Amino acid sequence: MNEGGDQKSRQRHTSKGKLLVRQRVNELLDPFSPFLELSPLAAHDCYDNEVVNSAAIVTGIGRICGQECMIVANDATVKAGTYYPLTVKKHLRAQEIAQQNRLPTIYLVDSGGANLPHQSDIFPDVNHFGRIFYNEAVMSSEGIPQIAVVMGSCTAGGAYVPAMADENVIVRRQGTIFLAGPPLVKAATGETVSSEELGGADMHCSTSGVTDYYAHNDRHALQITRNIVSNLNRQKKADITVSADVAEPKYALDDIYGIVGTDLKKPFDVREVIARVVDGSHFDEFKAQYGSSLVTGFARLYGYPIGIVANNGVLFSESALKGSHFIQLCCQRKIPLIFLQNITGFMIGREAESSGIAKHGAKMVTAVACAQVPKLTVIIGGSYGAGNYGMCGRAYSPRFLYMWPNARISVMGGEQASDVLTTITRDQKLRENKTLTPEEEKAIRDPILAKFEAEGSPYYSSARLWDDGIIDPTDTRRVLGLSLSAALNARIPDTKFGVFRM
Amino acid sequence: STAGKESAKTRPLNRVLIANRGEIAIRVMKSAKRLGLQTIAVYSDADANAMHTRMADHSYHIGSSPSSQSYLDKQKIIDVAIASNACAIHPGYGFLSENVEFAEMCAKNDIIFIGPKADAIRDMGIKSTSKTIMSAAGVPVVPGYHGDIQEDKYLLEEAIKIGFPVMIKAVRGGGGKGMRISLNQNDFIQDLESARREAMKSFGDQSMLIEKFVSNPRHIEVQVFGDSLGNYVYLFERDCSVQRRHQKIIEEAPAPHITEEIRRELGTAAVRAAKAVNYLGAGTVEFIYDPKDSKFYFMEMNTRLQVEHPVTEMISGTDLVEWQLRVAAGHELPLKQEELKLNGHSFEARIYAEDPENNFMPGAGPLVRLETPVPTSDVRIETGVRSGDEVSVHYDPMIAKLVVWGHNRETALRKLRQSLTQYNIVGLKTNVDFLLRLSNHSEFQSGNVYTNFIEDHHKELFPTTDTSPDIMCSGVIALILNEKLSQTNRNNVSSEPFSPFNICDDKRLHEVPVFRFFELIDSNNKSHEIKVDFNANQTFNIKVGNDVFSNISAEYEPKDNELSVEMNGIRTKQRVLITDNMVSIFTRDGSHSFETKVPDYLKTQSVDSVTDSRTVCAPMPGVIDKILVSENQSVKSGDNLVVMTAMKMEYVIKANTDAVVDKLLYKAGDNVPKGAQLLSYK
Repeated sequence: MNEGGDQKSRQRHTSKGKLLVRQRVNELLDPFSPFLELSPLAAHDCYDNEVVNSAAIVTGIGRICGQECMIVANDATVKAGTYYPLTVKKHLRAQEIAQQNRLPTIYLVDSGGANLPHQSDIFPDVNHFGRIFYNEAVMSSEGIPQIAVVMGSCTAGGAYVPAMADENVIVRRQGTIFLAGPPLVKAATGETVSSEELGGADMHCSTSGVTDYYAHNDRHALQITRNIVSNLNRQKKADITVSADVAEPKYALDDIYGIVGTDLKKPFDVREVIARVVDGSHFDEFKAQYGSSLVTGFARLYGYPIGIVANNGVLFSESALKGSHFIQLCCQRKIPLIFLQNITGFMIGREAESSGIAKHGAKMVTAVACAQVPKLTVIIGGSYGAGNYGMCGRAYSPRFLYMWPNARISVMGGEQASDVLTTITRDQKLRENKTLTPEEEKAIRDPILAKFEAEGSPYYSSARLWDDGIIDPTDTRRVLGLSLSAALNARIPDTKFGVFRM
Repeated sequence: STAGKESAKTRPLNRVLIANRGEIAIRVMKSAKRLGLQTIAVYSDADANAMHTRMADHSYHIGSSPSSQSYLDKQKIIDVAIASNACAIHPGYGFLSENVEFAEMCAKNDIIFIGPKADAIRDMGIKSTSKTIMSAAGVPVVPGYHGDIQEDKYLLEEAIKIGFPVMIKAVRGGGGKGMRISLNQNDFIQDLESARREAMKSFGDQSMLIEKFVSNPRHIEVQVFGDSLGNYVYLFERDCSVQRRHQKIIEEAPAPHITEEIRRELGTAAVRAAKAVNYLGAGTVEFIYDPKDSKFYFMEMNTRLQVEHPVTEMISGTDLVEWQLRVAAGHELPLKQEELKLNGHSFEARIYAEDPENNFMPGAGPLVRLETPVPTSDVRIETGVRSGDEVSVHYDPMIAKLVVWGHNRETALRKLRQSLTQYNIVGLKTNVDFLLRLSNHSEFQSGNVYTNFIEDHHKELFPTTDTSPDIMCSGVIALILNEKLSQTNRNNVSSEPFSPFNICDDKRLHEVPVFRFFELIDSNNKSHEIKVDFNANQTFNIKVGNDVFSNISAEYEPKDNELSVEMNGIRTKQRVLITDNMVSIFTRDGSHSFETKVPDYLKTQSVDSVTDSRTVCAPMPGVIDKILVSENQSVKSGDNLVVMTAMKMEYVIKANTDAVVDKLLYKAGDNVPKGAQLLSYK
């Protein structure tokens, strides 16, 4: 999957002297520096028999000449780099991250354009193809540099990626930019023209002025791009204190596998996970004895201050109140928040409802929704129902959201869902004085169980861009660190909360 | 022993001028400073920042770089000596060290010339005179006949007297012409006639001389010293047999396979030679030594301190420059013959900027990087250059002398080899690897040295081997680790020293494989592609050609340039020096340098190389001023073709290829639009 297209298409690609997409990324980044690749499993098993690895696009955050940047790179070895619906979604998500975190965006363009059979799912709607260029224009207006590197074809709509960019680079005898390619020109006007004459580097650099920098090959183009970034005159100014004393966690990261296990029903103490994420395993817990099913507290991650909100069981009224209090604290102090989700939901039942769980839960949801500090979420176990909302699920716009491979996500558990459905059917039958036979019950339960099993899988989620990627639990510290570092490229605004129902 | 009788005519030395440069100037200054003397240096333009210029108490500029206009300018040096109040001049070796006139000028100006009297220099400078004097003093000279009688029979008798084999040489000969080696009596007449015929043809003269022929001779020389009180000592002998281009390359003391008896005979003969010319100071008597019968013959006397004097110092525990200064001041020799003891063994290897593979062609250029062994009491480095200096085309290309001492020959030789591997030079070709191969040769190790050694063992001394892949593997690892270290250093001084983006551990999230290609170009200009896979546990898999090295872990310490590589459980240390575009690996078996490939796009001069080099176009609309070429004229890339004026500016359009002009498409005075083709090529 990480290699892109099949052997043959990779061979064809490299034989032209082009680098593979992840090689391009490596050459672009500062030597040996990390790359926070996002959603590599996008489009996995989404298009029937078509294998569209990583949705034919590599996105992620890396450092170029000391500047953290968003990189959006087409993989021409996968379906000629054409845009499937999920390619568009992944591209837009990368731009959304770039915009939220004010990351200069580098587009390494090598794409055949829209995937025509899917055109209705990628062209007309608000979050479709056109949004790419809209985002480029808006980000540019906000002072977020937009840089395009034309390393292959940029046809039709694709032509606007470099054309809308602040600065662009084109590789000679490799990159082309035109609104219509030679076949369409021939068909429409009868004019016969080679693609190089129509939109090659020589023409665009010397005649049309569509492109700014002329590169001899991929490596040259990437070097020029690095030079462009080095001239951006940007400085990351974080509004936070950074500890000069950064220690790795005292506990071995790979203990996590043993602590968490694969059976979500088996509870574990989330503090064991925190101890394997934060600097020096040092965690100052807030309100430890109150609402103890939610763990809150302060720690540092690579020297950056963080507030952690983590589940240690179902959310009660007290837990929700404590969570809301803690989120207010962090927003007041501009401390980024990290949510570690392992939540079956808010407590239900008569006692819970009468204690006002709904309004207390609402307070927490309000606090999470309004919090303007960077929010990072990792789903480390279950993510069900309103628990997903209170713990900053995708809909709450965390800057980044990752999942562990053992995680599950759905409106409720499969068992519960099938119970609900059989109960409803049984009640219906009872009203008709019939009974539900075990066979009938099985016929209801099994498909529901199977469906929830499949759709609750993190792979199902990640393929659809409901998250920013499944991560190895032992990478949690690093991934959160990189994400937080990227998030701090944007100033932290003041938070204004909505009305808390008291 | 030094407290004996002193000359009444002693004259204190306070300031000494060193009329030389490079390592010998520094060598002399070291001893002078240790004795509390003030030192005066002279320097040419090229040496304005040289080590010797910086080391002296006062340095005087004496002219431009060519030595004829500086170090050989006698009057200027005398003037500096007078101006600086120096009472003595040490000439070093080379330059003015054996210049009679200069010695006389010193005497005339009441400046002590540190060396023998002018007469001794003159006498020893003329070969025939020196032989006559030596012969008279009972010093063995090569037996021969140099007379006028040229009858066959008479010459044969002389030859028999001398003893076969003999050399028949044309009196006016040269370049090996008119020269025959006659092995026995029977062939003599035939050889003589053949030599005469050739001499007649070449020089129009057929007078012959006969000399004893020594086959496979050794070059052995004896260090002697005399003072103004008539005392003489010898400080044993040196073997300087191994030579290239008739110049010494490696010397040792004492000479191997010499008995104590022969040693004494050599020494006393050398002292007789010195006495014969009332020799003062340090001198060297050179002999041809025939290992077959242990006979030796006087060749010449060098009236100066020799380049290879340190080996004598090492085995005799003396400081010969100190001795020179004392003797020059009129003092007695510090030691008597019976007080001199030969101790251990010493080698000197001369490190030159030269290309052994190309007939030892001398080189010049920058010493981009220079790393030396750590000097100890047993390892001396005599040098006049530092890292970053330049080996100048104006002077001798010697970079350094590496001098080692050991209890015996074997130990000393081992130390020499070890020190040579630690002598790491990047930037120009040197003979270090050659010296290493030479000192590794079994015959050299056995002490079977003679003047033709390098020619006779050419095949083993110049092996043709391909660069081994593991060496390239080391080179690439060092490049990677060095790059990583500089990235880490940059990170540490950045405004975010703790950022997780600083982590440099080759790990990619989601197990994405990380690999890179490197290209190294070896000394034969052959390019090698090397693929490196970065494993998440910070090890590498490296593929060089068909060789794959897996799970290599390595550390690189740029401070001492040490690369430590672990492969298959074996840890190996190497020195690797990295410069802008070179990586050089120094192993115990020699060094390997690779050019790191410069990306193609950096080679092209400008990015608009797209324009067809065969078109000549007007860069702007304008008027043709002048056309500088005519039809059918050949032009070279860079030649001026057309001059035009546009927007008040003059433009000269140049050829960007070699070609022949076909047609001129405009003439002077024509208006041309932008991009107009001005002429065409054939």
